[in-house]
Amino acid sequence: MKTSPLSKTFIYGLLGIGSILMLLPFVWMISTSLKSGNEVMMMPPIWIPETFRFDNYVEAFKKAPFATYFLNSVIVMVLSTLGEVITTILAAYAFSKLNFWGKDVLFALLVGTMMVPGEVLLVPNFVLLSNLGWIDRYEALIIPWTASIFSIFLLRQFFMKIPKELNYAARVDGCTNFRFLWSIMIPIAKPAIVTIILLKAIGSWNAFLWPLIVTNSKEMRTLPVGLTSFSTEAGTVYELLMAASTMIILPMIILFIFLQKYIIKGIAGAGIKG
Amino acid sequence: MKLKETAKAVLYLSPALLIIGVFTIYPMIKSFFMSFYAEYDYFNDVVHRYGFDNFVYLWNDAVFHKALQNTFIFVLGVVPVSILLSLWIALMLNSITFLNKFFRTIYFIPFVTSVVAVSIVWRWIFHSNYGIMNYFLSWFGVDPINWLTSTEWAMPSLIILSIWKGLGYNIIIFLAGLQTIGDTYYNAARIDGANRWNRFIHVTLPQLAPTTFFVSIISIIGSFKVFDEIYALFDGKAGPSNSALTVVYYVFDKFYGEWNFGVASAAAYVLFAIIFVFTLLQFYVSKKKITY
Repeated sequence: MKTSPLSKTFIYGLLGIGSILMLLPFVWMISTSLKSGNEVMMMPPIWIPETFRFDNYVEAFKKAPFATYFLNSVIVMVLSTLGEVITTILAAYAFSKLNFWGKDVLFALLVGTMMVPGEVLLVPNFVLLSNLGWIDRYEALIIPWTASIFSIFLLRQFFMKIPKELNYAARVDGCTNFRFLWSIMIPIAKPAIVTIILLKAIGSWNAFLWPLIVTNSKEMRTLPVGLTSFSTEAGTVYELLMAASTMIILPMIILFIFLQKYIIKGIAGAGIKG
Repeated sequence: MKLKETAKAVLYLSPALLIIGVFTIYPMIKSFFMSFYAEYDYFNDVVHRYGFDNFVYLWNDAVFHKALQNTFIFVLGVVPVSILLSLWIALMLNSITFLNKFFRTIYFIPFVTSVVAVSIVWRWIFHSNYGIMNYFLSWFGVDPINWLTSTEWAMPSLIILSIWKGLGYNIIIFLAGLQTIGDTYYNAARIDGANRWNRFIHVTLPQLAPTTFFVSIISIIGSFKVFDEIYALFDGKAGPSNSALTVVYYVFDKFYGEWNFGVASAAAYVLFAIIFVFTLLQFYVSKKKITY
């Protein structure tokens, strides 16, 4: 569509203002995280502190075990993502390339359960994990999250697009199912798998309600849970709160900026399919 | 042949099915029964009596009514504004090429960040004395507002934060929808002498109807489940005198605060029922395929 230069300028102006509004909270966060206690309580606010107090970050690490929280978040993110990718690839392969009894019924059943909100599962899962003795352990944070119907659905759709002929050709050449999956399907489906990994990693890093419920001790908290308990304790020390928030937010922004191609494609793709 | 393939499929499916069966299917059923626990001994896991007591309790509980009401207000506050704004931004993005990706990235950033962390940032933005929100409003002669500490502004604060957080997601879906509209429609309309506004009304909007519908349903469902934002924004409370109490927060309170598993499960199933209606609607309409 052709657009006149005047309305183009107008559009860029509006989009620019919108972008500033989107980014302002992050600028305010980082700016506050580098201020002294006096500068935080200044009106009108100052945007660039006189000296950048990186000490606030050190201070936050001293006030609460953020190093532990950080490590827990990384462990949970890596292991649950790894688990999910493995279970997803195997299940998506069966649903797309194997012809077995009850396939359609089973798939419909799984897709049907996608509409059940996770909140419904909260209480019984908690009881189950208590009985297993997993509360306040990595098992509770990781194992329930090592499979996802949504990911299986996404990858199955991708696998379906890989032509059957490839499968036949491989079989004629004496290729086993597993080798076919490993050396042909997975490399072809790499973009879809990367999307699944990234969406999972972001979801795991930001997860809150579940880790809040299944952890009791400081040693087991993940970053978001640690941050809320720190905010209750530290209360109004906003420069430290903002330093801690920056630690949680920045890694995901950086990850997103470098790998956004995969993330956006995954979200747009899931959206179009409905 | 089929028998052999079935055996193989069992091998491939068992890891996923084990996890999903234990942590999704079983709890789903268990939760359903739990909502009918009338007399229950948590410590020994013995149910003395089943009944509708929990649902009767919800029916009569003023706090639950408040939670339902707040949730609907929240949904009505977030969804229409978010959809209009994101559609507008998506249309603008779609009409430019230079810096298109750059803007798209910026609008999407809030979506990938931790809800809890950004909510705490917004708590600081909404600070009555030193927050930038009141500072910016003071330029326009607005007196300081007690965003998070007054009952009438707690919900608007939550709504503003949620719109900001979710805008990028809707924009991405709208952009994907806009890209599926072929140029042929626009060219045909142009030949017929349709101006910019008419092309928007008669080509873009109808063609975008399925996308808009999808975005609406997803936003509605997501908004019904709001929790993390509230917990972090109001520091582990549901706003001043429950002014930001939602259904999921109510479930959390009953479950984790009062250990009343029966009522918590019943309330969760009420939420499920509401979401189910919207999901069916989505399913029904997308099957029918909106065409013009």
